[in-house]
Amino acid sequence: MAPVVRKLLGPQNRNLWFWVFVGPFAIGLTLFTYVPLCWSVYLSFFDAHNTVSPTDFVGLDNYTAMLGDDAFTDSLVTFGLFTAFIVPATFVLSLSLALMVNRLRWAQAFFRSVFFLPVACSYVVAALIWKMSLFSGVRFGLVNTVLGWFGVDQIAWLSTTDPPWYWLVIVTVRLWLQTGFYMVLFLAGLQRIPPLLYEAAAVDGARPGWQTFRYVTFPQLRATSVAVVLLLVINAFQAFDEFYNLLSDARGYPPYARPPLVYLYYTALGQEQNLGLGSAGAVILALIIALVTVAQARFFRLGRKED
Amino acid sequence: MSISRRRLLGAGTGAALTGALTAACGSNTGRDDGGSGPRIEQWYHQYGESGTEQAVRRYAGAYKQADVSIQWRPGNYDQQTAAALLTDSGPDVFEVNGPSLDQIQAEQVVDLTDLLSGVKDDFNPAALAPKIHDGRIWAVPQVVDTQLLYYRKSLLDDAGVEPPKSLDELVDAARKLTTGKVKGLFLGNDGGPGVLEATPLYAAGLSPVTEEGKVGFDDPAAARTLGKLRRLHQDKSLLLGAPSDWSDPSALLQGLTAMQWSGLWALPRIAKELGDDFGVLPFPKDGAGAPAVPVGAYGAAVSARSKHQREAKAYVKWLWVDRTDYQEDFALSYGFHIPARLSLAKKAATLRKGPAAEVVGFTTDHGFAQPLLWTTAARTAYRDALSRIVKDGANPESELRAVVRKTESELRRVRKKH
Repeated sequence: MAPVVRKLLGPQNRNLWFWVFVGPFAIGLTLFTYVPLCWSVYLSFFDAHNTVSPTDFVGLDNYTAMLGDDAFTDSLVTFGLFTAFIVPATFVLSLSLALMVNRLRWAQAFFRSVFFLPVACSYVVAALIWKMSLFSGVRFGLVNTVLGWFGVDQIAWLSTTDPPWYWLVIVTVRLWLQTGFYMVLFLAGLQRIPPLLYEAAAVDGARPGWQTFRYVTFPQLRATSVAVVLLLVINAFQAFDEFYNLLSDARGYPPYARPPLVYLYYTALGQEQNLGLGSAGAVILALIIALVTVAQARFFRLGRKED
Repeated sequence: MSISRRRLLGAGTGAALTGALTAACGSNTGRDDGGSGPRIEQWYHQYGESGTEQAVRRYAGAYKQADVSIQWRPGNYDQQTAAALLTDSGPDVFEVNGPSLDQIQAEQVVDLTDLLSGVKDDFNPAALAPKIHDGRIWAVPQVVDTQLLYYRKSLLDDAGVEPPKSLDELVDAARKLTTGKVKGLFLGNDGGPGVLEATPLYAAGLSPVTEEGKVGFDDPAAARTLGKLRRLHQDKSLLLGAPSDWSDPSALLQGLTAMQWSGLWALPRIAKELGDDFGVLPFPKDGAGAPAVPVGAYGAAVSARSKHQREAKAYVKWLWVDRTDYQEDFALSYGFHIPARLSLAKKAATLRKGPAAEVVGFTTDHGFAQPLLWTTAARTAYRDALSRIVKDGANPESELRAVVRKTESELRRVRKKH
């Protein structure tokens, strides 16, 4: 073998094997993530109606249009609020479930599996079940049937904006789908807390229950809690599946509970095909998510050495 | 040299990769073989009626000048074509619920004006109008579809309600028809904004965009009319959250509602299940306006990216202009549509009696087509505003002012491209 080739291959062909194993992922990542990402940033500076190779440079017009678009800013605000609610709600619920399952003396594996099972269900399928059977607006929908026993009129859960019942549907389906997953994360965290600490706490006079939880369990779960919060926030901003399947119809999406991603989907990929404006919105959204993530990392002092 | 396990694994990975890449770039499947000449790909959206797919394959097979392959595409057809038109692997000929002004201005479709020379006047003018931009024709209408109000005669009789002739009467009728079990009116699960869209504006004697290219609803009458739709909501006379949406007559057939807005396509099924116990109405007039029904037509268009534009145009002319026998078969033998050709619509026996004849009358007397200049962005803004007016009780005047502004800016944008 020529020395150049030998050098390229590295000792024991290590360079070759590096690329054999890393190459496919690197190629896929570049081709399907980084190229479209850069292309999207490029498109965002053009008037790109119905084209991906635009010629009409418009500078920052798409950005000013998007930031001046009430529908887009409303969707951002809505999703700020949605995140502010769904993150603590899932956190508390999954932590409580984990604490309860962790204390079980019998059938722990059974309950762990039962609560984890919904995670295996697809968002689309769950959304359709919630829409068609549980929260169907007609009198024979499950919830309406139960309410009917108490003489309550049928409620159109997804179409009523005053009071906004649709949030009940959206929030319950999301909690049902994701609580089990975070419960398992918390369970793993709980099982790693050394029993020694509880014994020491008991000796020092800590009462079991709230006091032990407040001063032993919760601080010991810090690493898990930070990971859970980060994942939950990112998940909330990625909201698309259940919203789209619950609320959209053949004619579009109603102007309420419209996640930014759904709005951008209709702008760029729906009939409108305004790829420039949609890309500008996507860049804005990406920047917001990046900012929030960095802020969180700072707040939780992620990656710093423990004292 | 003996082959080590490692070397074998490496070669295997390489082969697998090559295989995966070739598969990913593989050619289309589902082509029909047969015929001769250049290969033309034609796309249809999935029609619900059985037999339509076999019929269009039969027509394509009968064409001898080119080898036409049909793609029958379920799912979000508009989005699929929009995406495919950006690439070289899209269709040559495709049916489109448009084309939209942006598609025409982006030069994604080919000028088909000369195909209709001599027979232009035989096409339903309301269906042809939105296919024309700058005096040129961009698609050949295939069939005409419309939407209308269906009602159960027996339920109206029981409640002592006359078929509504005005929007006020419709609101009152819906309220009177609403009982514990049955709602008065079904306008789609979103409560109306999606399917009605501009229909109430036309019923009030207005339009989204005038023929001169100006905003057509900058008028107090628009706010008044849309405000009346709010009353339907407040009275709780609208059916919401039904298992199937407005395009399916099930809600009416299952007795969930006394009146339903749906498409002409639902008529055969309603007639079969309800017999004589139903009637048809246009959207009733309001104030100084006149009744209105929307008229739309899927059209056959030729992609500007097609490598066989000349052959594709010749095929469109053959199928949708010359072969009137196929056009008649397509419109009337499977689903229930009005032929786009006036001469065929006049001949059709099924359209000359009963409710079907009434509906054909609605389309000639009260039919309107969405103006091409009303772009998707403007329509989305209008639909959002309508939803807020109807559901949240938002102020119609201020909501509409914002839509007028949006529509004006869209009109400026599309005019700039001339």
